[in-house]
Amino acid sequence: MIRVVLPAHLKTLAGVNREIELDVEGVPTQRAVIDALEARFPALTGTIRDPATQRRRVFVRFFACEDDLSHELPDTPLPDAVVTGAEPFFIIGAMAGG
Amino acid sequence: MSGVRVLVGTRKGAFILTSDRKRKDWKVSGPLWGGWEIYHLKGSPVDPNRLYASQSTSWFGQLIQRSDDGGATWNPVGNQFQYDGVTGTHQWYDGTPHPWEFARVWHLEPSLSDPDTVLAGVEDAALFQSSDGGLSWQELSGLRGHGSGPFWQPGAGGMCLHTIIVSPTNPQRIVIAISSAGVFRSDDGGVSWHPINRGLHSEGIPDSDAEVGHCVHHVAMHASRPDVLFMQKHWDVMRSDDAGDSWVEVSGNLPSDFGFTIDVHAHEPETVYVVPITSDSEHFPPEGKLRVYRSRTGGNEWEPLTKGLPQANCYVDVLRDAMAVDSLDECGVYFGTTGGQVYVSADAGDSWKPIVRDLPAVLSVEVQTLA
Repeated sequence: MIRVVLPAHLKTLAGVNREIELDVEGVPTQRAVIDALEARFPALTGTIRDPATQRRRVFVRFFACEDDLSHELPDTPLPDAVVTGAEPFFIIGAMAGG
Repeated sequence: MSGVRVLVGTRKGAFILTSDRKRKDWKVSGPLWGGWEIYHLKGSPVDPNRLYASQSTSWFGQLIQRSDDGGATWNPVGNQFQYDGVTGTHQWYDGTPHPWEFARVWHLEPSLSDPDTVLAGVEDAALFQSSDGGLSWQELSGLRGHGSGPFWQPGAGGMCLHTIIVSPTNPQRIVIAISSAGVFRSDDGGVSWHPINRGLHSEGIPDSDAEVGHCVHHVAMHASRPDVLFMQKHWDVMRSDDAGDSWVEVSGNLPSDFGFTIDVHAHEPETVYVVPITSDSEHFPPEGKLRVYRSRTGGNEWEPLTKGLPQANCYVDVLRDAMAVDSLDECGVYFGTTGGQVYVSADAGDSWKPIVRDLPAVLSVEVQTLA
């Protein structure tokens, strides 16, 4: 079970107001987590990854275990603490003004 | 409900303003999707309960929202806008080739006959169509592929397809406008396209009367005369009487012929409205006076409409999609400003009053006249 924390706008789109718990098949990776997230919440499709390129949107970041995982390859296994549910996987909207 | 429903897109959400036919007392609902840029909302002409909205941010990309109950509830539909075939390039600001990249939907144009069919004008400039209520989108790629696409260049606001006009008498005829490529027309339902910019002169491009490259800001048409088009160009207000085959300038006595928006009275096809803006470097009204100008002669002769509008210290802009008219017996005219005001005139422009004063910057205004 993977714990996922969404930014406020995506919580609203998904219709949730708290941390999400996801069952992810196979080796948990960024790609597997986002696939599972989009399958459970279709409204999030395309909001985290560009639908054409499947690349992380430039103003979206992935944090876990006090590390920035944004530049990891999408199929890199997630840290054990995330896989065991001890730590959440944070999806962050980058800070910017306006 | 009998009356009007005004759909307002802003930099930070959407708002729905409703009133009865008197248009004196208003109910303001919103924000919908607070914090998101809502470039445009529009209702189906054949089913007023069917609304479409373009929702986007730089963070999370593009969504399309659909309502089937007049805006009471909304659901996201399809948001995959995939360019057809080999993407190709257009010109970047420095003249180098730049691949087409989808940024956002600027304008949604529901079909005149089918609530499930809707066109979307996007940045980087292309035209998409959905025939299943917005669930899926297909590019009408004959537009980008007709030949001049590699020479299109973005304006300061991005290379956006912002205007879509479908002829009410010939659904095969579609007119679109792109900043800063110009106006294009299809006579076969969007399969093939050709530029219709003859008569336009633009000082900001190397060849002032080039076939493409003009920064057209908006085009408007009266439903009873689909061959008559009115255009607010970057500079110049223009008119065509042959569906865009040729254009003549009708700026006449306007205090500035720079501007963004233009619209036509619902019942008087020769009555046209513009909001002059000082210049391309000063996006606010001349002399700090917010004036709508009305021509009852199809251009050239313009009168300022000022009653109820601020006539001092006003430095807002009125963007290209931020004016609309209703079709009640006494035509209502509406416009929104970058200062967050939405104004209504229930007497065809003779007098104005604000419906709301302090919304986020207004990007678009559409109105539905409800029986």
